[in-house]
Amino acid sequence: MRGRDITSVPLSDMIATLSNKKKNRLPKILEHASGDKRFKILEAHMKKHQFKQDALIEVLHKAQELFGFLEDDLLLFIAYRLKLPASRVYGVATFYHFFTLKPNGKHTCVVCMGTACYVKGADKVLAAVEEKARIKAGETTPDGELSLLTARCIGACGIAPAVVYDGAVTPRQTPEQVLEKVKGWIGHGN
Amino acid sequence: MVIDDLIEIAEKERAARKKHVVRCCMAAGCMSSDSKGVKEALEKAVKDAGLEDQVEVRGVGCMKLCCQGPLVQVDTNEPGATVEITTGNQGPLYQRVTPADAASVIGTLKGGKTTVQCGDPKDPFFTEQFSIVLANSGIVDPERIESYIAAEGYQALHHVLREMTPKDVVDEMIKCGLRGRGGAGYPTGLKWATVAKTPSLQKYVICNADEGDPGAFMDRSVLESDPHSVLEGMAIAAYAVGATQGFVYVRAEYPLAISRLQTAIKQAKQQGLLGSGIFESPFNFNIDLRIGAGAFVCGEETALMASVEGKRGAPRPRPPFPAESGLWACPTLINNVETFANVAPIVRKGADWFAGIGTEKSKGTKVFALAGKITNTGLIEVPMGTSLRKIVEVMGGGAPDGGRIKAVQTGGPSGGCIPADALDTPVDYDSLMKLGSIMGSGGMIVMDETTRMVDVARFFMEFCMDESCGKCIPCRAGTVQMHGMLTKILARQATVRDLQKLEELCEMVRSTSLCGLGQTAPNPVMSTLRFFRQEYTDLLKKDLYGGPNGNGNGEPKPAPTA
Ligand SMILES: Cc1cc2nc3c(=O)[nH]c(=O)nc-3n(C[C@H](O)[C@H](O)[C@H](O)COP(=O)(O)O)c2cc1C
Ligand code: FES
Repeated sequence: MRGRDITSVPLSDMIATLSNKKKNRLPKILEHASGDKRFKILEAHMKKHQFKQDALIEVLHKAQELFGFLEDDLLLFIAYRLKLPASRVYGVATFYHFFTLKPNGKHTCVVCMGTACYVKGADKVLAAVEEKARIKAGETTPDGELSLLTARCIGACGIAPAVVYDGAVTPRQTPEQVLEKVKGWIGHGN
Repeated sequence: MVIDDLIEIAEKERAARKKHVVRCCMAAGCMSSDSKGVKEALEKAVKDAGLEDQVEVRGVGCMKLCCQGPLVQVDTNEPGATVEITTGNQGPLYQRVTPADAASVIGTLKGGKTTVQCGDPKDPFFTEQFSIVLANSGIVDPERIESYIAAEGYQALHHVLREMTPKDVVDEMIKCGLRGRGGAGYPTGLKWATVAKTPSLQKYVICNADEGDPGAFMDRSVLESDPHSVLEGMAIAAYAVGATQGFVYVRAEYPLAISRLQTAIKQAKQQGLLGSGIFESPFNFNIDLRIGAGAFVCGEETALMASVEGKRGAPRPRPPFPAESGLWACPTLINNVETFANVAPIVRKGADWFAGIGTEKSKGTKVFALAGKITNTGLIEVPMGTSLRKIVEVMGGGAPDGGRIKAVQTGGPSGGCIPADALDTPVDYDSLMKLGSIMGSGGMIVMDETTRMVDVARFFMEFCMDESCGKCIPCRAGTVQMHGMLTKILARQATVRDLQKLEELCEMVRSTSLCGLGQTAPNPVMSTLRFFRQEYTDLLKKDLYGGPNGNGNGEPKPAPTA
């Protein structure tokens, strides 16, 4: 089910984040924000959308583009600026796969697990990386070098199985090729 | 902008045409194999050969045979011809081109020879295609509006605004018999008529470009190859229903489609083809993009509208249908990318022309994304009613490496698997429905003997389980249970009783879920059970009702406690 991540956060933490902490944290966040250029860009983007609450998803896209992931303070800042309850911002951020609340590794390897890639052996490609890097799909190596992710079809089915290395779509991957590619990204810290 | 300006742009574009056009695919598939590098190398090779005044290197959209990319085609224009390239005069199609090949490809124009692999444009993969939606794909430059205008672009919009009343347009759409290409096949004209007759000061037009079906890439290709055809279709629709604002909802996984759409919208605005007072008529229309964020359920129309409003993409019960109460509770027309791409050609060539293509109840053509265990993967567009056999065996070239086709999956997670012995089925909405599958948006995945059907069923169930929005219980809990049962079957732990329970659950989830996601989630299971039941029963435990611990449930023996 979607938005499942949030249920893995202890309820007490969540309440703390969403209510008490919000009050105490907000002045700090705003102070911090005033010194960070990225917040300025984000604000300009919100302004472009006239601080409309409907623009929440656009704003989250921009925030993730600027910061790489959506940390609590950032979500609270957005909630404050768009005059939305923090719960709504959290709800949306956790509902959509595209938004991530944790930082990604330095490199990303996205294995497409859509139907076309699956029937062409993407499961074996994924298993090979999982075994080699000793992480599961969705995880990052302890040294923060590599995040292994999966996708639900990236529209490159004609050249399946497709893998995206640091944003570059690469066609017709075999387990051997994928290991060759990620070799340099794993095995440093662990 | 008036019609004379449009004609002038088209004529200027045609006059500037050079003798040879070297078309290089710049759609996402080929670009992942460095077609950008190929294009740059081709440009350099033209310069080096001193052929700049004779040869144009043009970045174009999808040239359909994605598995052989990067593709480059070299054409020679007839002087003065109005239509640029037709299937008849296409030149050699070079495949798997690398930047190093560029010089020899260009050399052929000076009588040289090249060793680059050259495909046969007379292959049935190309000759059996019937292009309406993809007519410009691989021919026009998707990043230049002039290129689209030279291919008769925006003439339909002009005709509609100047010569037709909104009611005429709706009538034309009813008459042509076009049905929605997003999956369900609802008659497009009727939908337009409902929106048109619902009174409201504000109405919206939405283009559904979420393309969530894994294994489908038709909409992506249309947007990357010919974005203006979608914009023109939307503008015509807006005029017909009385809307002034449009949205294209594209998934974030398609960055190239997003950037091409942004470019196209900007250019159309600059030319006055979007904005206020289009073609000096009182008609105003603007289009904005909305980027999805990775949620399959957002392809469902009510969920999509919630997402456009910045909310979680949870669907709501219908009625009220979006046509009456949609985005911000205003009447909203929502159609698929391919549906909109059909509109301008229908207006240009007439409803009767369109109604003459296809079958009695399914008019026109359908674009399919051929993928999986098949020799030719890529895009095909064929008249409705073409048999599956023709598509996968003649055009697709059958299974590669001497394999045998076992089934064809259509409709993605909402569809089903059609067994090889039903390949003579004509592809239209109703025939596929009879086989327990659906037309879907056009993904067609071929499976060979090595594919295990129970595995496939579980694959789709896992997809639906992950993608369920969680709003209604049958879908939220049912998909988890069905997935569990399929896993149990695959682990050879299930009995006949489990299989019966699975079938009951399928029926229950199908009939009680809130939206299409849950209602169709059991389809892959039901259809594989229907045609490949043996594969399920082979996995069942032999002691039918008992189970080793004799409790009658067929549950596995409890692990021995140490
Ligand atoms: C779970 C689910 C996913 C859907 N995904 C898509 C999609 O990705 N693209 C699409 O055009 N329609 C999709 N639809 C169908 C839409 O709800 C809607 O019927 C369609 O956009 C209407 O356009 P049409 O009349 O042009 O087909 C989906 C429906 C459901 C239930
Ligand atoms: S299934 Fe992998 S790109 Fe479509």
